[in-house]
Amino acid sequence: MRRVAVTGLGAVSALGVGVQAFWDGLVGGRSGIRRIARFDPSAYLVQAAAEVPEFEPSDHFDAAQSDLLDRFAQFALVAAGEACRGAGLELTDAERSRAGVAIGSGMGGVVTQDDRYHKLYAEGITRLHPFSIPRIMNNAAAAQVSMRWGLGGPTLSLATACAAAAHAIGEAAEMIRADRADVMIAGGAEAPIAPGVLRCWEAMRVLAPASDGDPSRACRPFSRDRLGMVLGEGAGIVVLESWDRAAARGTPILAELAGYAATSDAAHLTQPGVEAPARALTIALDQARLAPSDIDYVNAHGTATRLNDSTETAIIKRAFGPAARRLAISSTKAAHGHAMGASAALELIATVLAIRKGVVPPTLNYTQPDPECDLDYVPNNAREMPVRAAVSNSFAFGGLNAVLVVRAA
Amino acid sequence: MADDIERKVIDLIAHKKKLDPATVTLDSTFERLGVDSLDTADLLFTFEDDFGIVVPDEVATSMRSVGQVVDGLRRLLSTRAEAD
Repeated sequence: MRRVAVTGLGAVSALGVGVQAFWDGLVGGRSGIRRIARFDPSAYLVQAAAEVPEFEPSDHFDAAQSDLLDRFAQFALVAAGEACRGAGLELTDAERSRAGVAIGSGMGGVVTQDDRYHKLYAEGITRLHPFSIPRIMNNAAAAQVSMRWGLGGPTLSLATACAAAAHAIGEAAEMIRADRADVMIAGGAEAPIAPGVLRCWEAMRVLAPASDGDPSRACRPFSRDRLGMVLGEGAGIVVLESWDRAAARGTPILAELAGYAATSDAAHLTQPGVEAPARALTIALDQARLAPSDIDYVNAHGTATRLNDSTETAIIKRAFGPAARRLAISSTKAAHGHAMGASAALELIATVLAIRKGVVPPTLNYTQPDPECDLDYVPNNAREMPVRAAVSNSFAFGGLNAVLVVRAA
Repeated sequence: MADDIERKVIDLIAHKKKLDPATVTLDSTFERLGVDSLDTADLLFTFEDDFGIVVPDEVATSMRSVGQVVDGLRRLLSTRAEAD
């Protein structure tokens, strides 16, 4: 089985456009959660989200291009561009046929969809734009990336909600391991902050209200006074290559994608279990040939709902045993929000950088320890420490679990 | 009206969870009945329609038994009646 190298990173997030803005924000303890700006949220119960600030499509695309792109695909293309440039990716025609794409998204082009439904049902407009379907379809981001870089290998989009990007990255790595591709552009993209979507999320009663009027304090993973999750948007893309190929062409290898596992709770539609996620951790560590004590950092799923965070604490204890007490664990969702299908990719990038920089990003807004979450959650301030290997957790609705294991190159 | 609320709450929970209404009482906890947070959101959605009220999230999270639902709905209804 071939080893998989990470050679490029690209990010668009509530902390800004680019990996630098993302990382600087994370270790600087900043939150990108603000009052929603792209429409007036005054009539909504929830008024804050982690929007990508000041994203101007015309900075990245001409009019003809952006007409074909929903916001989520725009994010994916910008992030993919940064990742491919960072990897110094130049492919011959033959190599292009062995290079593919796997991008996860929970809802695809839902901003476009919401707009079209409004036209149809509220404005009575029956002629909708011919580009609507190509913008809305869940595979739009993956297809656009394939087209933009002429990649003729397998192109897939995965729709497993909060775990979509983890599944995309993991399955892309498996394709390289199985010698079905040499290069995979993989990650996730999501732009779910549209009126209809926000109303649907409000109805689930899992979103955090604004705290003291300060949206940046609304998301409090693992804190005793946590009040729920905050929606986010963005894209995270990584370039994965077979290790030998990366080594042969002399590109810096940022980290090794050493392990991946996918398991299912097969129980509750929205509440996470303990056994199956813990099993995913164990399987992924086994694939990476790492013991629990070899892991220094866990980037948690950490949505800041009452249920996730206490359950995830139990999951980590079950999988790591006594080694759980020595882990540094953080949820970066307090900084970049729950960007749904993009989250796991942003979190993997944070994990890779934690290893490379020897700095663990903090869990923001940690105000009160919760006895049910009694591990080390790196509260509030980034921590300098060596990170030999790390894990990133994603647990999606429907009981779909994905774990990625990253090792220093 | 008081009995009406209690009856409606018991009947809807029994219906949703496929239980004999006789086994659902004010003391019944959601844990015992197998009513989880998703079920609660679903139940409150119906009660909000039926009674013309809004149950804020922070009130919803404190509703962990049939009795707490009935009390909570009664309080919201009387607040609305005072406001009218």
